[in-house]
Amino acid sequence: MSLHAALIAPFTDFEFMRRALAAIIALSLGGAPIGVFLMLRRMSLVGDAMAHAILPGAAIGFLLYGLNLLAMILGGLVAGFLVAILAGVVARSTGLKEDASLATFYLASLALGVTIVSVKGTNIDLLHVLFGDILAMDNQTLLVVAFNATITLLVLAVIYRPLVIESVDPLFLRTVSRAGTPSHLAFLALVVINLVSGFQALGTLLSVGLMILPAGIARFWSRDVSGMICVAVVAAVLSGYAGLVLSFQTHVPSGPAIILVAAVLYIFSVLFGSIGGLVRQLFPGRHLEA
Amino acid sequence: MPEQVKLHDVTLGYDRHPAVHHLSGGIKVGVLLAVVGPNGAGKSTLFRGLVGILKPLSGSISLGGLDARDIAYLPQIADIDRSFPISVFDFVGTGLWRATGLFGGIGRAERGRVASALAAVGLTGFENRTIGTLSGGQFQRLLFARVMLQDARLIVLDEPFNAIDSRTSADLLLLVKRWHEEGRTVLAALHDLDMVRAHFPETLLFARGPVAWGPTAEVLTQENLLVAMRMCEAFDDSAAACVADQESRAA
Repeated sequence: MSLHAALIAPFTDFEFMRRALAAIIALSLGGAPIGVFLMLRRMSLVGDAMAHAILPGAAIGFLLYGLNLLAMILGGLVAGFLVAILAGVVARSTGLKEDASLATFYLASLALGVTIVSVKGTNIDLLHVLFGDILAMDNQTLLVVAFNATITLLVLAVIYRPLVIESVDPLFLRTVSRAGTPSHLAFLALVVINLVSGFQALGTLLSVGLMILPAGIARFWSRDVSGMICVAVVAAVLSGYAGLVLSFQTHVPSGPAIILVAAVLYIFSVLFGSIGGLVRQLFPGRHLEA
Repeated sequence: MPEQVKLHDVTLGYDRHPAVHHLSGGIKVGVLLAVVGPNGAGKSTLFRGLVGILKPLSGSISLGGLDARDIAYLPQIADIDRSFPISVFDFVGTGLWRATGLFGGIGRAERGRVASALAAVGLTGFENRTIGTLSGGQFQRLLFARVMLQDARLIVLDEPFNAIDSRTSADLLLLVKRWHEEGRTVLAALHDLDMVRAHFPETLLFARGPVAWGPTAEVLTQENLLVAMRMCEAFDDSAAACVADQESRAA
């Protein structure tokens, strides 16, 4: 098998592969920058929790309209926002910390979602919901994913400055501006939007992967936020492309293949990253004069 | 001279427990005021009230028409994530928020201002380092540079010279005096009484309420300091509701 046949032909020969690639690029452009901020704000696991919270909404959409993507996306958005707001309210009005209340809500949501899907659907449907299927992208879904990525980049451009300042020095932002809370809420909304996008491609359980893993990779290659965002986007696109090829050639399911490639990149970065990579730490070279 | 800050019977505290109890008074425009008092006297609480991040339990604070952006506040325990990947230049640049806001560009003029603020605190050459690589003293210099860029009418410094070596605190004190000469109102919570006597014309000796307020030499007497030590009472969970408060509400 030639290199062309292995790496390029799947995309020139099959439309579903081209759609999948387009979806991956859109997902990477939107999700990777969000992932970088989730990581820098120590909210990686919050992203994970939110991803589970989307499930019951998507499941209700599935219950009412079957495997209709738009209905599932809409349901997911509603459920995601609901859980984010409820968890925030509980955390603010009681002594419970936000992560603890979020954990409660997402576990309940996950249980509810799986129950709803299995009431009507088959195990295949359940698998589809949990792990997604990027090779089954139709036009409508692709448009939704692209739209979400566009919205994400636009909103992120608007809230970038307060978001960065709030991450470094929240007290300072509170004393100079009231932009802190709105930008935090907008950021949470972006997290939900991108999870819903990723939900189609990678499923509930893995959709956060294309956000968090590239961010983790980026941390090992760049010292500043904008550099990290660029590295993260590139890493996400690369994992997506390689994952699709891997899935096409070996019949591994596409979602797990993508995340596995990202995980391999992550391990490589942990070992050989130019900033704080383990090998660099083991052989640091001689210390400098000053 | 007009008053920059007016305190009307202000009580500030947490969970109904007052830390600043029925404080009234005014701070004139352009004064350099030291706020002195034992640990737990409520200095930080007073400052948090002044800059608007803590709402008074009763009474009111008027700031003579100042906007939140006209106040620069340097907290004692800054809640700063020093591991965040941001350069010294960008971090100090956030002090330009008042001028640039959400979208304002950072052009050549702004870059010049950041560079001169860094030069003023002796951090030239550190622009591209991340903030996590700075030492404690360098970090305090960094925060002073940001306060400088905020170009605020009212500057509130909460124990700015804690755990700072004498050379750094001398450098930073020069900046404080420069702000005073520029006509800004500067408040600083301090523990070093010799420094207060030497450099601060006015002092508020404070322990939950004012012990003495006026020219430094008249305030910092042995007698007053002893009174301040005694007035710093402990937080009592079974304390009754304040009577003075009820009277003032009835009136």
